[in-house]
Amino acid sequence: MTQGKVKGIIANLVTVEVDGPVAQNEIAYISVGETKLMAEVIKVTGDNVFVQVFESTRGLKVGNLVEFTGHMLEVTLGPGLLSRNYDGLQNDLDKLTGVFLKRGEYNYPLDKEKLWKFEPLAKVGDKVEAAAWLGEVDENHQPHKIMVPFVFEGQYTVKSIVKAGEYRIEDTIAVLTDSEGNDHNVTMVQKWPVKKAILAYKSKPRPFKLLETGVRTIDTANPICEGGTGFIPGPFGTGKTVLQHAISKQAEADIVIIAACGERANEVVETFTEFPELEDPHTGRKLMERTIIIANTSNMPVASREASVYTSMTIAEYYRSMGLRVLLMADSTSRWAQALREMSNRMEELPGQDAFPMDLSAIIGAFYARAGYVYLNNGKTGSVTFLGTVSPAGGNLKEPVTEGTKKVARCFYALEQNRADHKRYPAVNPIDSYSKYIEYPEFEEYMANLIDKDWLPKVNSMKTYLQRGKEIQEQINILGDDGVPVDYHEEFWKSEVIDFVILQQDAFDKIDAVCPLERQRYMLDIVMDICRHDYSFDNFNEVSEYFKRVINYCKQMNYSEFHSETFEEYQVKLNELLNEKQIKA
Amino acid sequence: MAKAFQKIYTEITAITKATCSLKAEGVGNDELATVNGKLAQVVKIMGNDITLQVFQGTEGIPTNAEVVFLGKAPSLKVSDQLAGRFFNAYGDPIDGGPAIEGKEIEIGGPSVNPVRRKQPSELIATGIAGIDLNNTLVSGQKIPFFADPDQPYNQVMANVALRAKVDKIILGGMGLTNDDYLYFKNVFANAGVLDRIVSFVNTTENPAVERLLIPDMALAAAEYFAVEKHQQVLVLLTDMTLYADALAIVSNRMDQIPSKDSMPGSLYSDLAKIYEKAVQFPEEAGGGSITIIAVTTLSGGDITHAIPDNTGYITEGQLYLRRDSDIGKVIVDPFRSLSRLKQLVAGKKTREDHPQVMNAAVRLYADAANAKTKLENGFDLTDYDNRCLAFAKEYSAQILAIDVNIDTTQMLDIAWKLFAKYFKPEEVNIKQALVDKYWVK
Repeated sequence: MTQGKVKGIIANLVTVEVDGPVAQNEIAYISVGETKLMAEVIKVTGDNVFVQVFESTRGLKVGNLVEFTGHMLEVTLGPGLLSRNYDGLQNDLDKLTGVFLKRGEYNYPLDKEKLWKFEPLAKVGDKVEAAAWLGEVDENHQPHKIMVPFVFEGQYTVKSIVKAGEYRIEDTIAVLTDSEGNDHNVTMVQKWPVKKAILAYKSKPRPFKLLETGVRTIDTANPICEGGTGFIPGPFGTGKTVLQHAISKQAEADIVIIAACGERANEVVETFTEFPELEDPHTGRKLMERTIIIANTSNMPVASREASVYTSMTIAEYYRSMGLRVLLMADSTSRWAQALREMSNRMEELPGQDAFPMDLSAIIGAFYARAGYVYLNNGKTGSVTFLGTVSPAGGNLKEPVTEGTKKVARCFYALEQNRADHKRYPAVNPIDSYSKYIEYPEFEEYMANLIDKDWLPKVNSMKTYLQRGKEIQEQINILGDDGVPVDYHEEFWKSEVIDFVILQQDAFDKIDAVCPLERQRYMLDIVMDICRHDYSFDNFNEVSEYFKRVINYCKQMNYSEFHSETFEEYQVKLNELLNEKQIKA
Repeated sequence: MAKAFQKIYTEITAITKATCSLKAEGVGNDELATVNGKLAQVVKIMGNDITLQVFQGTEGIPTNAEVVFLGKAPSLKVSDQLAGRFFNAYGDPIDGGPAIEGKEIEIGGPSVNPVRRKQPSELIATGIAGIDLNNTLVSGQKIPFFADPDQPYNQVMANVALRAKVDKIILGGMGLTNDDYLYFKNVFANAGVLDRIVSFVNTTENPAVERLLIPDMALAAAEYFAVEKHQQVLVLLTDMTLYADALAIVSNRMDQIPSKDSMPGSLYSDLAKIYEKAVQFPEEAGGGSITIIAVTTLSGGDITHAIPDNTGYITEGQLYLRRDSDIGKVIVDPFRSLSRLKQLVAGKKTREDHPQVMNAAVRLYADAANAKTKLENGFDLTDYDNRCLAFAKEYSAQILAIDVNIDTTQMLDIAWKLFAKYFKPEEVNIKQALVDKYWVK
């Protein structure tokens, strides 16, 4: 293997003089005393190789030995990934000793000793290719498929496969023969370079199935699909994290991967603390059983922040190949972009806008493209849904990361300072936000079959009321309460009913936090019925007082168990109140 | 101050305002050196060209200055003797007392493994209702005051520090005016609590670049007390804007490409490294904690500037002070202030109605603000508007003003009293079960 010696150091950018060939993105280890620091090649000029070190370079000296490994940054894929807490380089954080992170301490991400109950799926003589299912083991009550390694090219024949039984991950479970007659041993574990997408599937259609999140402003107003992409930009303090946590807890996914990328450690700790206790609303099992956390918090080394999003995506693609629905959440992609900026800056590259690297939007685009709903080679389906948050500098959405993301993500959830200031949570602006999936005929058809044949038209009409309400509010602000007809007040308050009852949701209330789709349909029907009617009012004061009472009853319904006695009581009260003022056609 | 066998270099090849360069061998990254007795740190190595950042500035450094490498990164001697003492940015006493004896630890050390942290869950009561009711603080939290330079943030911070039940208070003063330094010294001395206070102070009279060491010094001391003595430690950092300005000076001298607002591209990571030292340790690690309350001064209230903006993304909320002309007092602004960890204690360590009462009151206060806008634009007010305005005035005086000092149960009772005085139950939008229990009839 190629070796080298340290020649220069600026923070975590190290120049190395090498004695042989090196590859772009190759991993190297730099010796400092007893420890070895992991680094990645990011630029080569002649004999000088620039590497970014994933750790603190304190004490590093000119002349220190550098050993290259011949491979890129890889993740280890196999049963036992679920429920683990990794850092950005896939070190198991729970296995590290001591309270503080020690640099240069790396570990094996899986358990080599654990026995897994293996069931073969393939037979001797089967023709197989990369990602074909050879067998499965039970991982936290989910079928974890053991696949032909993704690096295998072309067709293979199964020469032998072990019987059902208990095996360790490194035991050979099958022998495959390639087209030239060579035999290859396959175990339950394989490796894959994180920066390359796993493409072992047949086709990637447009996403069309709803991914239910239990959050009304998403599912009802701007739904995201299985295999879809979305992003949540928002100034700090607008509830980005609360919204993201709600989605990761409630979404109807088989696997949830949380990439805590350059964000607060206490937020990850919240997940560490809550997920082992909380139940998955769909299966009743503990949330942690379906979750993998990749924690590279803001105080952990900057360079591995970039690695952490790729590590997460690769693990997501691995589970997708098993025919599972994976949800990947990255908080926040801006921190990843900033890590790129720090590096580009140290390499003295010509900067683009706001000193970000010129190819930033291409990097973001390529990353979002790895998500998707796929048909596997065996006809089954799987998906990686990706939701990223963006932390725009100064809350200004005209900055490179937001703009680069907007070009590629299909759903946009605009968190708004003004809504947050008025405690209208989730502070997603209903008019600026969008979901492109609503425009897909295949999605409209899917929703018509799933919930209600007029679902999307209803949602559209809800949005029209909101839009109209906003316009009237502006007029009232200019002309004054008595400068507009009483009808206008009525229209405005209808939009407020939609806002308070459908869009706003209390993430900290046990019942209101999760709103299943059926309940969303029920409430939308009630609210749209309120909106469709005309009312008789004498003056504008009456309008606001009346609708505040309407909102109050609807909110109490939201806070009560669906169809419980209390729920029904409030509905009766609501109907009485509506009968008082509604003009019957 | 060279020891035996230490090599002395005397040929400086380049000098800028904050750095100097020379040729030397066997030097480690981040290592300390002295240049004619002035402390400096290695910031760049290229072959045998070494660039040193000189903390006190390079004024008067000649090209034949004596450079000695110390073979270690910046460090602090820690022991119980730190308590009650005042130090400069290098950790040397400035109160005339003796040097500290103890274990020498490197400052700016590694981060806590996130799985070894505990979720913060202990309320820090300050008695200030604008904080305890609306923006409850929790041990292990990090939160700054976003304040204009003319606001009394240092006074509020000193109050919070003295009322909070903690074992140690560590003051990190960066660019403190001499007057503010003396203010802190007096307040702490008069309260008779000097023995639980450790101060690291860089005043405006000291070189700006020295400030860069202050947070790491203060937090190294905090980690010593929290990790080894299992204590609850409160760290006060004022003013972090001046710290960031010092970062910009250095990065500028090193020819780095500035990003937004002339700040270095690494500003977010640099600030995060400091603030993320805030931590709650679990019982098995002794149960100590570090809570950070900082000050970020704003220029004209602009929070989109890179310093407050990056800070806001790192810290767990922010507190704003504002002068309320209706009551003529400084209040904690309920709209823009936020404690992200409040839900970990609100309604759990405090009475069950806390979260809903807090939100309802702020919502009504927002309605009052809308009414005020209407009034200013010359429109007629409704009865509801007038009631909101009256509510807002009392709420501001009895809850939001920074001179309030009561416990949270009293705060909640006051809020319910004001609700009942001005509103009907259906106007406050609180869960019926709580209204039934607490509504003042």
